[in-house]
Amino acid sequence: MSLLQLSDVTLKFGGLTAVAGLSLAVEEGEVFALVGPNGAGKSTVFNLVSRFYTPASGRITFAGQDLLRLAPHDVPALGIARTFQNIELFQQSTVLQNLLVGRHRHRRTTLAEQLFHLPSVRGEEREHRHAVEEVIDFLDLQPYRDARIAGLPYGVRKVVELGRALASKPRLLLLDEPASGLSVEETQNMRWWIADIRRHMGITVMMVEHDMGLVGKVSDRVLALADGRRLAEGTPAEVQAHPAVIAAYLGTAAPSKAAGGRVA
Amino acid sequence: MRFQFKTSYEQDIRLFEDRRQAARYALLLALAVALPFLIDDYFLGEATNVLIWAIAGLGLMLLTGQAGQVSLGHSAFMALGCYACVLMMNAGVSFVLAFPLAGIVTGLAGALIAIPAMKLHGVYLAIATLALAILADDIIVLTAPWTGGVAGLYAPPIDILGVTVDRWSTPDLYWWMVLAVAVLVTLAYVNILRSATGRAFAAVRDSEISAQAMGVNVARTKTIAFGLSCAITGLGGALMGLFAGAFNNETFTFLISIQLVMMIVVGGLGFIQGAFLGAVVIAFLPQALSLATDALGRGVAIPGLEAGVFGALLIAFVLFEPTGLWGRWLKIKTWLELFPFARRDMFRRQRSYLKTERLR
Amino acid sequence: MDVLQLLVSGLANGCVYGLVALGFVLIYKATEAVNFAQGDFMMLGAFVTLAFVNPEYFGLNFWLALPLVFLVMGLFGYLVDRTVLRFVFGQSQTAIIILTIALGFVLRFAVGAIWGHEPQNLQSPLRLGDLRAGGVVLGLADVAVILVTAILTLVLWQFFQRTKLGLAMQAASQNQMAAYYMGIPVRRVQGFVWALAGIVAAVAGILYASKGAIDPNAGFIGIKAFAAAVIGGFGSLPGALAGGLIVGLIEPFAARYLPPGWSQVAPYALLIAVLLFRPHGLFAQVRAKKV
Repeated sequence: MSLLQLSDVTLKFGGLTAVAGLSLAVEEGEVFALVGPNGAGKSTVFNLVSRFYTPASGRITFAGQDLLRLAPHDVPALGIARTFQNIELFQQSTVLQNLLVGRHRHRRTTLAEQLFHLPSVRGEEREHRHAVEEVIDFLDLQPYRDARIAGLPYGVRKVVELGRALASKPRLLLLDEPASGLSVEETQNMRWWIADIRRHMGITVMMVEHDMGLVGKVSDRVLALADGRRLAEGTPAEVQAHPAVIAAYLGTAAPSKAAGGRVA
Repeated sequence: MRFQFKTSYEQDIRLFEDRRQAARYALLLALAVALPFLIDDYFLGEATNVLIWAIAGLGLMLLTGQAGQVSLGHSAFMALGCYACVLMMNAGVSFVLAFPLAGIVTGLAGALIAIPAMKLHGVYLAIATLALAILADDIIVLTAPWTGGVAGLYAPPIDILGVTVDRWSTPDLYWWMVLAVAVLVTLAYVNILRSATGRAFAAVRDSEISAQAMGVNVARTKTIAFGLSCAITGLGGALMGLFAGAFNNETFTFLISIQLVMMIVVGGLGFIQGAFLGAVVIAFLPQALSLATDALGRGVAIPGLEAGVFGALLIAFVLFEPTGLWGRWLKIKTWLELFPFARRDMFRRQRSYLKTERLR
Repeated sequence: MDVLQLLVSGLANGCVYGLVALGFVLIYKATEAVNFAQGDFMMLGAFVTLAFVNPEYFGLNFWLALPLVFLVMGLFGYLVDRTVLRFVFGQSQTAIIILTIALGFVLRFAVGAIWGHEPQNLQSPLRLGDLRAGGVVLGLADVAVILVTAILTLVLWQFFQRTKLGLAMQAASQNQMAAYYMGIPVRRVQGFVWALAGIVAAVAGILYASKGAIDPNAGFIGIKAFAAAVIGGFGSLPGALAGGLIVGLIEPFAARYLPPGWSQVAPYALLIAVLLFRPHGLFAQVRAKKV
């Protein structure tokens, strides 16, 4: 059974069909990339999985569970974490506090215990902190631990958002354009991290990305979308060479140029 | 600038950063305890008043500063706390029991009201709570058989385990009682801030969408914030009513709510210290103004001057120092510590572009 | 027959609430700022008119003074946006709510300091006395208020449908970014929206002052206008007017048919009921935020 499965999902905004009868399956342990021109419905797929949008028809399951029966805030409890295309961090909090929010689904103490700061709360805080420190070490965020998000450069924020998602120890990680706006070195780091996340942490990754270089290097399977429909699916090389994909990006069939490098 | 070398996670979980900070606050507390021996009864009464405002302000601070929700209706919850406490005391419940119960009742009422209200965004919530504050007046009149309506109620004597605490005959006891409440409330506040709930508050304040994506139940978090906030403000209201000696439907008007809002903004949104500083400003501004008008030789009070100056002060703070007095102090402190190496842009406000709250 | 009387006086009050609510919604739609001082804008509008018209001040002819009033209030709205609201552009709504509440306090103080706190009567041509016919007493001022509101609504509607500026305002309110890319100077348009809100407030103030005396605390009826705006659905201009009429009608009828004490509660009870059951108002539609 696939970890995440969308079957025949359709979503409409008024008269606009954002996702049309889309089916896809993400297998446990793989890196699955969604590509496609702007407005193809890639982020919309993420928002469907996060339950921010409810499809008009179709089914979405995660590890056999029906996601459509859950509220958005219940989705992370299953082990789904995500990042956002336009970074959505908690601006006024420090990096550490942001990452600790990632631990929210693992909290055990009640409000009453917290009000009196009982030993149980202290023990829990220590555990959360330990888990978060591991993420900080993994992502080299030590210098920024106590810095407020509001003053951090874009590249660091992007990493913090990845860290916040990782802190929740998810089974499935949704990355919405992890490399957009990053420098060449930062993109390089991101690539290694994604590879490590899959290999060493055993987390399944699903990502939306425009940088075909990155997609080609880290992903096992790629699904190309256009206008909310499936164009092609396969290995990165297969998808890049697919005539329908090239046509969708360039309007007409113009082979060699689209292969490799950045598209869109 | 002092750098802290942290060696264990405990250091970030503890109440105070380091010994120095702990010592400073211990000194402050000692000073507060010794206050009755340092100043006369009139000023002690004023100080008690400041502290009561600060307690009520802490309640609103938790909601607005921490969870980012505006309430213009906290005067209604002050009224509820006050009436609940006094009615219980009149029914023979001892103050020691009636007082915390009043807080709990107000908190529960707040949470109950929050359940529908918290589905509302910024503006709607502000208006709904404003309506609540205005309704409180009418409801008190309509329930006159219990509340005394326009005639009001007299505060019964406070009796703590056989000791009578009275504003006039034992002002020092009264001060210590209010101080104890303030310390306990502050502790509870800090405890919430350093727990998962406190982080959930900040998450909801800064980005509801990503709070949800991290598993924070936004509606529930807001309801908790509202309930806790109302409980604390209710305690403040109970103390205020008891301190005043008598109160009626017009004691807790919606202007009190607005004064609370001003207080926390001027003091510093999001800082516990801000609630206390704001209370000092709110309590002493009228005095300062009357001194100023006297000095100008007018001798006659200018009607509405107080409200006008409050308004102008508030505008100035929102525009030029949105972090309030405490935020300003933190900046000054950093500047002094770094002297002469502070750079201007260290304190520059981050400009963020319009993030629509409108649903579309 | 006193149903008719209640109806007319209720509608007349409702028109004033509706116009204040309209100013409120105008600004909200275009800038996402909530002007909690809109009621005080109305009060200021009434006092500015009073200063131009009443014999104890300038004593101008009412119709001569009218354009001057509109100019002053329009300029005032524009300047409030330019000098105060500009600073908090893009900040949280909390900041804007607090700011405009404070602005209301300052306005109330300023008006009190300039024109005094005593209630005053505007020499308005709309004060027409009463019409008595067969036991029914109709305030002609009330009828005039209703007529003026109807005309103003038509003018505004035409303004939004026909003029370039009106269309620009509509565009800016629907999608700031898109409007900006289409070459609409969004910031400047926002300034004009505030100016327009100032003018609408002036009309509301004149109507209010035509029905009775005015004092610096008159701005507090703004609270009922907020209720009206919410009842009507915050993003809808016709909704705001309708909400105002509903609130205006509820008051006299509740006073007449409910036990004493309940009439003041009625509008807010309705407000809370609307928030509970139709949180986005009776006339609004909602879609999900895009992330």
